[in-house]
Amino acid sequence: MQDTVTQVRRDILRMVHKVNSGHPGGSLGCAEFFVSLYNEVLDLKEGFDMNGTNEDLFFLSNGHISPVFYSVLARRGYFPVDELNSFRLIDSRLQGHPTTHEGLPGIRIASGSLGQGLSVALGAAQAKKLNNDSKLVYALMGDGELQEGQNWEAIMYAAAKKVDNLIATVDLNGKQIDGSTDQVLPMGSIEGKFLAFGWEVLTIDKGNDIEAIVATLHKAKAMTGQGKPICILMKTEMGNGVDFMMHTHAWHGKAPNDEQLANALAQNPETLGDY
Amino acid sequence: MKEYINQGSQDTRSGFGAGLTELGRTNPNVVALCADLIGSLKMDQFIEENPERFFQIGIAEANMMGIAAGLTIGGKIPFTGTFANFSTGRVYDQIRQSIAYSGKNVKICASHAGVTLGEDGATHQILEDIGLMKMLPGMVVINPCDFNQTKAATIAIADYEGPVYLRFGRPKVANFTPADQNFEIGKGILLQEGTDVTIVATGHLVWEALEAAKTLQANGISAEVINIHTIKPLDKDIIIKSVGKTGAIVTAEEHNYLGGLGESVARVLAESTPTPQEFIATQDTFGESGTPAQLMDKYGLNAAAIVKASEKVIQRK
Repeated sequence: MQDTVTQVRRDILRMVHKVNSGHPGGSLGCAEFFVSLYNEVLDLKEGFDMNGTNEDLFFLSNGHISPVFYSVLARRGYFPVDELNSFRLIDSRLQGHPTTHEGLPGIRIASGSLGQGLSVALGAAQAKKLNNDSKLVYALMGDGELQEGQNWEAIMYAAAKKVDNLIATVDLNGKQIDGSTDQVLPMGSIEGKFLAFGWEVLTIDKGNDIEAIVATLHKAKAMTGQGKPICILMKTEMGNGVDFMMHTHAWHGKAPNDEQLANALAQNPETLGDY
Repeated sequence: MKEYINQGSQDTRSGFGAGLTELGRTNPNVVALCADLIGSLKMDQFIEENPERFFQIGIAEANMMGIAAGLTIGGKIPFTGTFANFSTGRVYDQIRQSIAYSGKNVKICASHAGVTLGEDGATHQILEDIGLMKMLPGMVVINPCDFNQTKAATIAIADYEGPVYLRFGRPKVANFTPADQNFEIGKGILLQEGTDVTIVATGHLVWEALEAAKTLQANGISAEVINIHTIKPLDKDIIIKSVGKTGAIVTAEEHNYLGGLGESVARVLAESTPTPQEFIATQDTFGESGTPAQLMDKYGLNAAAIVKASEKVIQRK
């Protein structure tokens, strides 16, 4: 899986470089999570249908990290890897933020306007219960995104209604566009808040370590069906795997230039073959 | 003239409740969501009969729209219920991204629309919701006129695949359309044939338009009355055909003249058959507290106002 992560990093970097736009920082920070989720955790059927009956579902709420989502979906076979070439181009299915509108397999909801994904995941989880479908629903939110109030409506609801077939992960990279989350709007203890709202909370201290991610996701899976929604607080490093993109929020929404790309790719040699 | 009989005044929200109850019995995929307004939306019966298919969301409309979008993934047909104000303006971006842009099969059912909500006043009386919803690509916008039609519309939208905004109201109004009607989305209904002026009305103003037509006839004016229950997609043909005969039109709605039915009609006519038009609508204003009848009178949303507008527009031919 580490080879896949390295290749996914290359995909992310090349995608945003080509169109000189997009969000590499958060995408790189979540590469290990996406690769682990789609290769080791999600119970998926062959092919794609919108309803996703009898398979696990994943919803990305912080849609701006679309490059990592697209790369992992393509590498998992949802659409041709070559299509990554069309990221953010006119007439593309790979819009700047993920959407169902262009019919890209693997996407079940548009996201990008922040704070909406958890509610959607809750609805999908409740539909699974109505359908006696025992598979699970996963969601990923950014930490800065938790400043959106709708999340707290959803967090309150999930516990109150015992939506216990849901595993929501928060990408705790501590950064947002204008700076660190502590500078922009300190959120206090996110763990304490989820606990106070009645969730089970697990923490991944090494959110860029595949083994740690997989182990925690499996642990979370074992905790489903017990009356409580499950939150995973995953501490990641924005820009992980590219030295000059780490330890800063500068690469949240900025693409590398030619020289920077060459430097970044040299740190992540080709493994599965570039698109 | 054709005579329309009030079979007994009822609120259109009860028509929604009755339609939802029937759907509960006939369509296992229909689910309902409410943001703490079960009684106001008349959802009690559905809930009693289908407790497992009802989701009480609490006072959290944004979350309700997201959950509704999610429920469609798995084949459910969610009907959300709250006041029109909280069904639209409060949650515009949730509807825009998670429902409309995502193409989700959610039915947004909105009660207490317009000034006839009455005493609660302008904080609750939305007069902008038709405009907000019709601007969303792919959104169907329906404003039925009475109990029977609201019930029929509620049942019909479950069979339509895609997002729908269904608007209805609080007060008891004349119930005059057939109980066994077949509701066809996007198809206007010619209620009264006439030759001098076309009156195109939606929602509570349809009955007022019929009342106006009677007065106009007594004044020697022959009015054609069309019920446009679907504002989007708009039945262009019925409107163009009618003005081809009358040469003048009055649009009537319980909504701001900006963004409402009147503007949609004006656009259609400007493109095909430029026609003198008068707008029965609120004039870019908020509402206020009062009884529904007082408010309809003060804001010029009744038969008397339609009569006046009809006489005026005929002079402009």
